Amino acid sequence: MSTDLHFDQIRLPPECDALRQEVRAFLAEEVAAGTFMPDRPGHGDSHNRAFSKRVGAKGWIGMTWPKKYGGQERSFLERYVVTEEFRVANAPVRLHFVADRQSGPILLKYAPEHIKQDILPRICRGELCFVIGMSEPGSGSDLFAAKTKATKADGGWRINGTKIWTSNAHVADYMLGLFRTSPPTKENRRHGLTQFLVDMKSPGMTVNPIYQMTGQHDFNEVVFNDTFVPDDHVLGEIDGAWKQATSELAYERSGPERFLETYYVLAELVRALGPNPDLRSAEGLGRLVAQLHTLRRMSISVAGMLQAGQEPVVEASIVKDVGTIWEQKLPERVRDLSAFLAPEAGNRVTLDEQIAFALKVAPKLTIQGGTTEILRGIIARGLGLR
Amino acid sequence: MVTESDNIVAETAARIFADLADPQTINRAGDTRWKDKLWRALSETGLPLAWVPEKQGGAGASLAEGFAILGAAGRHAVAVPLAETLIAGWLLARAGIAAPAGAMTVAPACPRDRIVLNADGSLSGLSRGIPFAKDCEHIAVMAAGDKGAAIALVKTADCRVSEGQNLAGDGSDSVTFERTKVIRSAPAPAGFDPSALLLMGATVRSVQAAGALEAILSLSVRYANERVAFERPIGKFQAVQQNLARLAGETAAALAAAGSAADTIAQSAAFDDTVLLEAASAKVRTGEAAAEGSAIAHQVHGAIGFTSEHVLHRFTLRLLSWRDDFGSESYWAAALGDMVAKRGANQFWPMLAAR
Repeated sequence: MSTDLHFDQIRLPPECDALRQEVRAFLAEEVAAGTFMPDRPGHGDSHNRAFSKRVGAKGWIGMTWPKKYGGQERSFLERYVVTEEFRVANAPVRLHFVADRQSGPILLKYAPEHIKQDILPRICRGELCFVIGMSEPGSGSDLFAAKTKATKADGGWRINGTKIWTSNAHVADYMLGLFRTSPPTKENRRHGLTQFLVDMKSPGMTVNPIYQMTGQHDFNEVVFNDTFVPDDHVLGEIDGAWKQATSELAYERSGPERFLETYYVLAELVRALGPNPDLRSAEGLGRLVAQLHTLRRMSISVAGMLQAGQEPVVEASIVKDVGTIWEQKLPERVRDLSAFLAPEAGNRVTLDEQIAFALKVAPKLTIQGGTTEILRGIIARGLGLR
Repeated sequence: MVTESDNIVAETAARIFADLADPQTINRAGDTRWKDKLWRALSETGLPLAWVPEKQGGAGASLAEGFAILGAAGRHAVAVPLAETLIAGWLLARAGIAAPAGAMTVAPACPRDRIVLNADGSLSGLSRGIPFAKDCEHIAVMAAGDKGAAIALVKTADCRVSEGQNLAGDGSDSVTFERTKVIRSAPAPAGFDPSALLLMGATVRSVQAAGALEAILSLSVRYANERVAFERPIGKFQAVQQNLARLAGETAAALAAAGSAADTIAQSAAFDDTVLLEAASAKVRTGEAAAEGSAIAHQVHGAIGFTSEHVLHRFTLRLLSWRDDFGSESYWAAALGDMVAKRGANQFWPMLAAR
C-alpha cells in the first residue's frame, strides 16, 4: 500500500507503426465495402460475425496469446495499437472483443489443456462470442452477493438462477460465469463462488432481451434452469474465484476503450470548427486535446508496464476512473463548444447526430465494468486507506 | 526513460532537499537563512548548472537528469531559483554563452512579453512575472533582433526590477530593459525562437507541479489515516476515500503528462508541433490537476491545513502560482487548439497516435 504512482515513459516501438498502417488500410477497405460507417456510431449492427472472422484472419484477436493456441505472441503494445485504431474507427468489434480482452486470458490461465486447445484457436479466428456472467438482479457492484447456484451432480454441476445485464448473450457462444458453489463463511464473505465456462447452447438456458435507453440491444437476462455444466468446465479453484480476479482486471480497466468511446464527437468538432476557430473554441478544443493526450499517455504507460511483467493495479484503476469520467463529459463539452457554430456549417447535421447519440450513451460509461465508486474504493485501498 | 544515472542525480538532489529544504523545518524557521545553506549545497554539487556543458563550466548532465532533479524539487516545494538557473544555463548553452556562477533567472516568462535586441547590442522591453529576478545576479534573455532571435546574458543590477510576489510569496518581478547593456549576446540556433523558451519553461513547471502533487497526495493520505473523527480515522469514510482517489487521479495525470513532455524534449532535436502537443498538454493538464488537487488536499486537511504553521500551503500555493509561469493553461490550450484546427480533422488522430 503506497501513494507512489508510477507511469513509466513508454513509447510505442517501431513495429507498431507498420501494424498501425496495416490496421488502417484494413479498416479503410471495410468502410469502402460498406461494412460499417465510422462517422455514424449507433447505426448498423455492432455484432458482425463475418467482420470478426476477417479480423481473426488478420491475426488481431488473441494476438498476445501463445501460438500453440492460435495467438501471435505479439506484445501488449501492439494489441494496444489494434484496439485503439478499431475504437476510433467505430468498427463493429462487439462479437469478439470480450473474448479477446477478458475471457481468453482467463481461459489461458485456468482452463484444462484440452479446453484451451479447443476454444482459444476459435476465439482467435473470430468465431466465438463470449459474455461475462457476473451481475444478478440482487448483485451488481457487490459481486460477492451472487446467488445463482451451481450444485454438484454426477460428472458436473447443475446451475439454477438468473444473471442480468449480460451484454451480447443473445448472440454469444459461451459465458464465463460466477456461480455459488458454497455459502460464504463468517470469516470471508467472498468465499464460495466458482468460475465456470458455460456453453450458451446448453439445455435449460433462456435468454431474454432487455432494450436500453439508446434503443440498442446489448443487455439480456439469462435464466438457468437445471443447466448442466461438466466438471472440466470449472475454471480454477472451487469456492475460490475471489482469488483469481485481481491482476487480470488491470488488462480490462486500462485500455484505450476506456476513454475513446465517445471520441468521434471530438474529431467531428475539429471538422466543424475548421482551420480558424475563434478564441473560445480554440481554447476549449485545446483543453480536450490536452486531456485526451494525457489519458493516452497514461494508458500506454500501463500497457507497457504490463508488458514488462508488472501489475500496476492502482494505476490501471486510475486510468479507467479518469478516462470514463472524461469520455462521459466529452459530449457535453463538445455540445458547449458547438453552440455558436453556423447552422449551415458543412457537417453540422452529422455533429448534432453524434452528440445526441453520445449523450444517450454517456450514463453507462461510468457504470459498465466497475462503477466510479467501486473503482475509487480500489484506488483508496491501493493508497493504504482501507 | 529514467536511467540509472537519472536516479543517481535525482537521489543526490533529494538528499540535499531532505537535509536542507525540509518543508516542516523551513516553515518553522520563520526566516530565510535556510536558502543560503541550501543554495551553497546545491552549487557545490553542480546541480543548478546541470544543463550547462562541462566545457562551459557546467555539470553536463542530460536533460532527463535535470528533469529528475526538478521532480524532486517539486516534491519538496523548493523555493530557490533552482529551476530558473537550470533553464537559464540551458538557454545560454544554446548560443554557446558560458554560464556565470550564482543564481540566474530567465526572461520573458509570459507569452505576450517581447524583449528586443537593439542595433547597438542593448536590450529593450518589459517582462512581467519573472520568477526570483530580485534574488538572481544574472538574467538569461531570449530576445528578438533584426537578424532573428538572439540569446543574451545581462546583470540584474543593470535592469529596472519592480518587486512582486506570487501566491506563495516567492519573487515574481517585473523587469524592464531600457537599452540595457548585455554581458554577451549571440544568435539563437536556427529554428529556436521565443516559443522554445516558453515550451521549455512550461515543461519545467509541469514537472515541478507533478512532484508537488505527489507530495500533497502523500501528505493527505497520511493525515487521513491519522486524524480521528467520529471515532475512526477520517480515511475510513467513503466520502473522504473518494476524494483522495480523485486526488490520486489528478496526480497520476500530472505525472504522466509532465513525464511525457520532459521525455519528449529530452529526445527531440527541434521545438516542433510534437513538442507543442506534449508541452502544452502537460502545462494544461498539470494546471488543471493543481487546481483540483490543491482543493482536495485542503478539504481533507480541514482547518489545520489552512494555517501558516502547516506545510500544506507551501505546496498548494506554489502549485497554483506555477500555473501562471511560462504560459497559463488558457494560453497553451488556445495554442494547442489552433494547431490542431490548422492541421484539420483528418490529421487529428494520426497526430495523437504518432506519440
